[in-house]
Amino acid sequence: MLRFVLRRLGLLVPVLIGLSVLLFAWVRALPGDPARALLGERATPEAVERVRAAYGFDDPLWQQYFRYVGSLLRGDFGASVRDGRPVVDTFLEKFPATAELGIAALLIAVIVGVPLGYLAARNQGRALDTFVVSGSLLGVATPVFFLAILLKLVFSTWLGWLPSSLRQDVTIDATHITNFYVLDGILTREWDAAINAVAHLVLPSIALATIPLAIIVRITRASVAEVMNEDFVRTAESKGLSAGVVSRRHVLRNALLPVVTTIGLQAGLLFSGAVLTETVFGLQGIGQYLFESIGRRDYPVLQGYILFIAIIYSLINLLVDLAYGVIDPRVRVS
Amino acid sequence: MTIPLPPSGGGAVSAETAPGTPGAAGPGTSDEDRGVSLWRGAFRRLRRNPTAIVGAVIVLAFILVALLAPLLTGYEPGAAQDAGEITPSSVPGPSEDHWLGLDSFGSDLWTQLVYGARQSLIYGVVSTAIGLAVGTAMGALAGGFGAVGGRVGQWVDTAVMRVVDIWLSIPSLLLAVSIAAILTQSAYAVMIAIGAAQVPIFARLLRGSMLAQGRSDYVLAASALGLRKRRIVMSHVLPNSVGPTIVQATLNLATAIIEVAALSYLGLGTADPAVAEWGRMLVAAQDRFDESPQLAIYPGVAIAITALGFTLFGEALREALDPRTRR
Repeated sequence: MLRFVLRRLGLLVPVLIGLSVLLFAWVRALPGDPARALLGERATPEAVERVRAAYGFDDPLWQQYFRYVGSLLRGDFGASVRDGRPVVDTFLEKFPATAELGIAALLIAVIVGVPLGYLAARNQGRALDTFVVSGSLLGVATPVFFLAILLKLVFSTWLGWLPSSLRQDVTIDATHITNFYVLDGILTREWDAAINAVAHLVLPSIALATIPLAIIVRITRASVAEVMNEDFVRTAESKGLSAGVVSRRHVLRNALLPVVTTIGLQAGLLFSGAVLTETVFGLQGIGQYLFESIGRRDYPVLQGYILFIAIIYSLINLLVDLAYGVIDPRVRVS
Repeated sequence: MTIPLPPSGGGAVSAETAPGTPGAAGPGTSDEDRGVSLWRGAFRRLRRNPTAIVGAVIVLAFILVALLAPLLTGYEPGAAQDAGEITPSSVPGPSEDHWLGLDSFGSDLWTQLVYGARQSLIYGVVSTAIGLAVGTAMGALAGGFGAVGGRVGQWVDTAVMRVVDIWLSIPSLLLAVSIAAILTQSAYAVMIAIGAAQVPIFARLLRGSMLAQGRSDYVLAASALGLRKRRIVMSHVLPNSVGPTIVQATLNLATAIIEVAALSYLGLGTADPAVAEWGRMLVAAQDRFDESPQLAIYPGVAIAITALGFTLFGEALREALDPRTRR
């Protein structure tokens, strides 16, 4: 198992090197002067000169690249053009909001999706199955931001059941340790703050969960249906095992393999959706900050965030692969 | 997720073939004269599948609306009609002249919707075509060399797939945003950006199914007959591997249409006010959402229905091409 982990970690290295090259090339491919791009349009000529000298934009490209990688390794990711704050700081501050949203959405998707897919497969061709399948198709087809807007209109504006923006009511005086608001509320035993944060998460996470939910339902359904036709299931049934044991140990365990992979693949999709969801609900996560940075062409922020997100995304995929290795011993060997 | 396809004679797989054994599709030597071809069989199954019919009807209607936009409305997109009637709190509702009323800029809502279909179709098709072209080229390169095997083959396969891995490690929307930022704001930037995000999907898929094909018995038979590797790859492995790619392209059209709207929503689409675009209609509608939700609901529903059409058709196509899931 350790060798499997190490080998899989080793595969990350070329990905990271490739990414650094891409991001390096990206800023240099931006229209106009890279120094000006880094500083924004209203920069003074002196400032541009300073950045040119500091970054050494006149040096040969390979020297510039190694300097860039060197600064990354030293943990220097640059600072925002807009507010001058180091990219790392804002990322660490805003990431919990996005992570909270993503985790909540993924939880909804898995907790609802796997059982629904399983039930659909068990009732193939019946009304329940048709309902679940058409629902999942509609879920995939609905744009996240449109659903978010609709949810906001119905449950917030019309019915007034749930809050429509921000992560917590401003009137609540909550202590923040980790910046994961729900977790903070639990840690500090400020239950009203925790409950309030959960209430703020409901609509955004439902909006964000729809597409992963629909995909997980379909994969689970297909996978369970396939496994149910396997010889070993028939054998298990004919040797008199109870239906429960067959479902759990034989059908589900085998059927969950592709489901786990799919859940991992949702990470990137969740992120794309989070940018849109945060924008609609004003959640002040990295998605919303990125969106604002796009508008202002804040390239250091974009460059740093893309790198961080890609690293997190790769790590999630690594975890999925490891989980896969745990569930399916064959993966470790091959 | 690869769908192993049988050699071209595969349409003839009869119902009694055990599930999960697509390789048992009769003698692998293929050819049209034995039974129905894979694609003809698939078409037959499509015609009998209600899902496919519904999907096809939606897709056809969408294409017709997009093509015939000028015939369906008497107004120009982006042209203000009765701007005087627009107040901060309300826009004119449906009237005899304007079936769905006006939008917040005073343009005819129906006209905007109809011309928006045109944009979605162009963007969707072009960006998917870009993703398909580059992705299948990369996938065929990796899969072709991978299926041939040997040291060089392995090396090419690994090299291409590493690039694909990096490509995949950037979430698609971020990739699209980064590319759109380099190319400055234009219609082409959006198309290229969305196409680029699709490249790794196609590359992986085609490579996967080519490798799966490469391991099948008919390839073994072909090489036992002494066929050259290049010929095996080009005229056997590749043609038998394109099925899943075509299915994916259909499904990606749905995603592309949604992503175009998403990019517009984030402010990266075309800025030209004379161009009607569903995503931008949604953004504009947000300010008046409480009083005039219809401004957002029409374009939102239009995107969802169109994406649903392509998804339904793609799913049905997948089912029709996959002998295992046949009913």
